[in-house]
Amino acid sequence: MSLDSPADARSDARVAAVASKQRWQDFLFHKVTMLFSLLVLAALMGIIVSLLINAWPAFQKFGLNFVWRVEWDIVNEEFGAAIAIVGTLLSACIALLLAVPLAFGIALFLTETCPVWLRRPLGTAIELLAAVPSIIYGMFGLFIFAPLFAEYGQPALQSTLGQMPLIGPLFGGAMNGIGILAAGIVLAFMVLPFIAAVMRDVFEIVPPILRESAYGLGCTTWEVVRRVVLPYTQKGVIGGIMLGLGRALGETMAVTFVIGNSQRLSASLFSPGSSIASTLANEFGEAADFHLSTLYALGFMLFVITFVVLALAKLMISRAEKAKGF
Amino acid sequence: MTAHAFNQDLYRRRKATNAIGLTLSMLAMVLGLTVLLWILFVLFSNGIAALDWNLFTQSTPAPGTEGGGLLNAIVGSLLIVGFAVLVSTPIGIFAGVYLAEYGDESKTAAVTRFVTDIMLSAPSIVLGLFVYAILVAQVKHFSGWAGSLALALIAVPVVVRTTENMLRLVPGGLREAAFSLGAPRWKVATFVTLRAARSGVVTGLLLAVARISGETAPLLFTALNNQFFSADMNKPMANLPVVIFQFAMSPYDNWIRLAWGGALLITLAVLVLNIIARVFFRDRVKA
Repeated sequence: MSLDSPADARSDARVAAVASKQRWQDFLFHKVTMLFSLLVLAALMGIIVSLLINAWPAFQKFGLNFVWRVEWDIVNEEFGAAIAIVGTLLSACIALLLAVPLAFGIALFLTETCPVWLRRPLGTAIELLAAVPSIIYGMFGLFIFAPLFAEYGQPALQSTLGQMPLIGPLFGGAMNGIGILAAGIVLAFMVLPFIAAVMRDVFEIVPPILRESAYGLGCTTWEVVRRVVLPYTQKGVIGGIMLGLGRALGETMAVTFVIGNSQRLSASLFSPGSSIASTLANEFGEAADFHLSTLYALGFMLFVITFVVLALAKLMISRAEKAKGF
Repeated sequence: MTAHAFNQDLYRRRKATNAIGLTLSMLAMVLGLTVLLWILFVLFSNGIAALDWNLFTQSTPAPGTEGGGLLNAIVGSLLIVGFAVLVSTPIGIFAGVYLAEYGDESKTAAVTRFVTDIMLSAPSIVLGLFVYAILVAQVKHFSGWAGSLALALIAVPVVVRTTENMLRLVPGGLREAAFSLGAPRWKVATFVTLRAARSGVVTGLLLAVARISGETAPLLFTALNNQFFSADMNKPMANLPVVIFQFAMSPYDNWIRLAWGGALLITLAVLVLNIIARVFFRDRVKA
């Protein structure tokens, strides 16, 4: 039978038809799935553009000074973001100061000293706690933590740290349990499971051979963690911390319950303040016209700040994961 | 001082540092777990006190009155979360397929993946602001739909990332076998890879539901609240998180009691979803 028989030509044509149909379908499939993934990008663009448009009157009136102005006078329409920004940064920094050492301790315990049979259940417990909705932390802070903090925590802080020079005024003033410090502490408990989970994950990517060689040289567990594990996972650890920072900066519910919601700056960490997110949660529903625009401006700044922090976190973590290969 | 004595000293110091470090780390674990268990204990003891049949059969009470339940809020939450999942599932899965299938070839995919990762932790209250600006401010009223849209914005990145990760876990041999039989790419992606990663994708969906059912901030200016029972997605709609927020901040004992009840319901739902997702995923890894 020759290769060019009519039957072969017919089947060749059929194969070509099927192939071209499939090429069409593949092309369509590629474009359709791409369209859906572009939706995510479109959402990001939409968020930035729509916030900026709505915030424009505020930025136009105050310019860049908006960031530094300390007024927040709804009646006279004098607004500045400084109070909310300071509250946001302070509460997030306090949260990290408390949560990072604790998270490091937890990650160290889970990867080095914990008995193997306990590792999974404890690790799962930490991960599940990271899933508890933030409003629960807020309620806990308001109903349980704040009264206890006012009765025991704040007097203790005032009689010790409050007596020291320089930092003394930070711990002065009325002690009613709610305020920036309380918000920072509640936030710390909220971000603790996040940071601990990321740190444990990056500690686990350290090649066992590195660890074992250090132990073989006679290092103590502490030295292995301090001199081998930490330097090796540096980027991932920093990334995890910044991930926690991103969460803490943008958190609304855990903060709004306990920060006190007052638009005033004060030298004391005990005094009530407000964060960007808590200002939005409290005022956005009732705001109108220009006030609304300033709130959009606050939201825009929060989005930009957290975007930068999270982008850096992401870069650090992905670099740490790449290092795993070697 | 002999070299031997010096070494003894150094050795003791290193041992002491080690003991201190490890003790502190154990204390951190104990402290962390204690506080977190304390939170759960408070939640359960206060929440169980509020659990009764009325919680599920009556709507939220007027301020200062006794009784009442959370029926309208529970139904509202289910509707809002349900529609958010309906919207975000196809978007998330298709986008996830794109990232897994074409992700290594294009810059667009790399950018999308990066942005998705960031949106995963973006401040949820800003997403609420966004939906207010594009939907609520345009139609001039709050609605359940707006709430669903805000939650969908949070759910999509979760679904995208888990779908992509699960698809990448599918062994390459399976795909190659399908290709060698002459299957086109779209068939391999949908009928082979996606099918093999099915339970992983479901895991992602469950995690997304868990993530959005506790979100409060994006609902504040979108779904708002409704004191009465309503299943109309076009109107302001009661939902558990916002009701908890309002009731917990109120001076009324009955409202605070209901807030704890609602908080317990949400936390239980979130934890159960997470545990189911884990079991699902473990089965998949075994298979």
